[in-house]
Amino acid sequence: MAALRASGRRLGTVVGLVGLCLLLSALTPYFLTVSNLLNVLEQTAINAVIAAGMTFVIISGGIDLSVGSLVALAGVVLALCLQAQAPLVVAIAAACAAGAAFGMLNGLAITWGRLPPFIATLGMMSIARGCALLFTGGRPVSGFDVDFRHVATGRFLRVPAPVFITLAVYLLGRFVLAETRFGRYVYAMGGNEEATRLSGVNVRLHKTMVYAVSGLASAIAAVVLTARLNSAQPIAGIMYELDAIAATVIGGTSLMGGEGGLGGTIVGALIMGVLRNGLNLLGVSSFVQQIVIGLVIVFAVVIDTSLKSRRP
Amino acid sequence: MAEASIPLLDVRGVSKRFPGVQALDDVRFELRQGEVHVLLGENGAGKSTLMKILSGACARDAGIVRIDGRACALSSPREAQQAGISTIYQEFNLVSHLTAADNIFLGREARRMPGIVNRRTQRRDARHLLGALGSSIDPDARVADLTVAEQQMVEVAKALSLDAKILIMDEPTSALTESEIEQLFAAIRRLTARGVGVIYISHRLEELSRIGDRATVLRDGRYVATLPLPAPIPDLVRLMANRDIAQHYPPRTRTRGEMILEVRDVARGTRLRGVSFTLHRGEILGVAGLLGAGRTELARVIGGADRAERGQLLLGGRPLAVRAPSDAIHAGIGLVPEDRKRHGFVAACSVAANVALPQLVRLSRAGVVDRARERALATRWIEHLRIKTPGPSTSVSALSGGNQQKVVLAKWLALGAGVLIVDEPTRGIDVAARMEIYQLLDRLAVDGAGILMISSDLPEVLGMSDRILVMHQGRVAAEFDHREATHEGVLHAALGLAS
Repeated sequence: MAALRASGRRLGTVVGLVGLCLLLSALTPYFLTVSNLLNVLEQTAINAVIAAGMTFVIISGGIDLSVGSLVALAGVVLALCLQAQAPLVVAIAAACAAGAAFGMLNGLAITWGRLPPFIATLGMMSIARGCALLFTGGRPVSGFDVDFRHVATGRFLRVPAPVFITLAVYLLGRFVLAETRFGRYVYAMGGNEEATRLSGVNVRLHKTMVYAVSGLASAIAAVVLTARLNSAQPIAGIMYELDAIAATVIGGTSLMGGEGGLGGTIVGALIMGVLRNGLNLLGVSSFVQQIVIGLVIVFAVVIDTSLKSRRP
Repeated sequence: MAEASIPLLDVRGVSKRFPGVQALDDVRFELRQGEVHVLLGENGAGKSTLMKILSGACARDAGIVRIDGRACALSSPREAQQAGISTIYQEFNLVSHLTAADNIFLGREARRMPGIVNRRTQRRDARHLLGALGSSIDPDARVADLTVAEQQMVEVAKALSLDAKILIMDEPTSALTESEIEQLFAAIRRLTARGVGVIYISHRLEELSRIGDRATVLRDGRYVATLPLPAPIPDLVRLMANRDIAQHYPPRTRTRGEMILEVRDVARGTRLRGVSFTLHRGEILGVAGLLGAGRTELARVIGGADRAERGQLLLGGRPLAVRAPSDAIHAGIGLVPEDRKRHGFVAACSVAANVALPQLVRLSRAGVVDRARERALATRWIEHLRIKTPGPSTSVSALSGGNQQKVVLAKWLALGAGVLIVDEPTRGIDVAARMEIYQLLDRLAVDGAGILMISSDLPEVLGMSDRILVMHQGRVAAEFDHREATHEGVLHAALGLAS
């Protein structure tokens, strides 16, 4: 029943995406071109990667408001390492470690500090942003090797590198969620935390890991963003958390936890990307775009709610 | 009232179909003024559906419902309420942070002027309503601070304040102690004396004759019979199950083996104040007591859900430190919790995922779950416990209460728990599934497990246990061998009366 409903919901999201694409190709000749579609994928990459981490958090029954600030922080760590002539691999590893570590701090505040995820990550949102500003004195860090910039500008068969990175993140994330013990615990904790604890699962440990995963995803997004801009901005990533939550929710993951998946989230992120791109092509002002995206989020959740209440 | 007069509620030919199942098929039901009419049936017999139709929560496909002779559509909860039908669900509809009076008048506040609640009037009216039920609950008490029985009384008072002519009560005694049940029955009698008709749904056959005037039995969505109460329990069971269940409880063929668990002076908070006992292999040790006697607290401490503040556990003679559920699980202690929905299973996850959850470490290599083994394990236990589910990948939320309980049992049985603590193992479960659970517990004990069975259902404790511990205010008040235990004796001890 539930599985059927979930797959029905996912199908609905895909139909929505396809319908949106058809509509846009009818409205503008510029939409359905290879270069534009690749452009959409590239622009979606950063939100999609962050949303992948967010999906873990939301399935586990939590929320992570700090991802945008963690993107800035990890970007700054990366840039400072590169500036200090650290090898590329080391710099990227340091950025990822910083993201995961700060995410883990979120997790510790939630599990050991017993803070609601909303509060803990709201605090981290400010703390991480402050750290990013502090480390850079509030100024952007710019100018990197061409090697590093390939992370964003490289192409293989015309497909931009960030698309491959996103694909890798989703394949790995899907494997972890669907096939591993940790993934199983993420669903179980979100569905019923106490029953999961009473089944002998170390809920604190696994919950902490969930937030570390989210921090790590933010750090990967930060690497792509920094390479694309050829600059790390301490004020980067503002409002990214809302886009990530939106992609997850449009993708059908329940904010109540326990249900959902990455398959929906990627479609949700694409819907947002296509929508932004299409509205740009149509010359719709960015103010109106915000209104449209807001309506789509609300509409997706209304569909979810009505699907659920129709159950006998 | 004359026999020929119009019944208060007349349900005829009501049918309801859900995708894949005919929940009700041409059902009739009649309720007279001032009558307590019991609705009987196994889970899935259609009681809940009929209740939902009468309360306006779901629409019927066919049939007529007349109240005082007038046909009613009952297409919304509001309409049902206006027709005089109030429903008290098993899970109460109360706002726990508001006071009793606020809850009773929620949505219909007495107003001093628009938007300003007249608390004094509400308080007075609430006291009056509660008093009419023979209850002395403080209208200013926060609902969260009230006992379950008191909360229920608030629900009844709320129904009364709505001028309900028909009150539907779903399993009203499932969480009540013996003395609370008596109070509830007294309140129901006061209602019926005013002419209110009560539709009473319960699985506890023993108590029906004490409160009910008539019983209607449903089976598989169809009307079976209406008979006057009191009626012999075996007759009722036969009508519900359509098969003779000669004996409620499996015969005691178990033999008590060596001691497996010793509990020494375990204490936690004010509810559990020093309990000692021993549990042997091949034994079912029943734990009786009133609500709040510390039975669930005891179960939780042994199962690792809560930490003991004092005392010691010895497993097979060796001290055992239980700091977390995983410690108990490693030691082979399984806890089937009282509130299975909140503590027993993850509703959104599949049967297989739930059964495998405590032993996922065993079922995975390098962190990757071996799904084939997981599925095989679940399939084996689905067959073994005869869990009615379309398959191992069905989510537990889709199963009936009895089958959900079997999933929780399967979790621990699949682990091979040597000590099984079952807290209210048959609460809210239909008769047939109940029998199966009894037989299962018996078989486990025969195979050498030690079973600690906590239950508020005294006949169940008496019928199943080899020994009975009676708890009172956090301590063991008495211990009985099953041969010398009587209903009165156990109740006496549970009430804290010297024997």
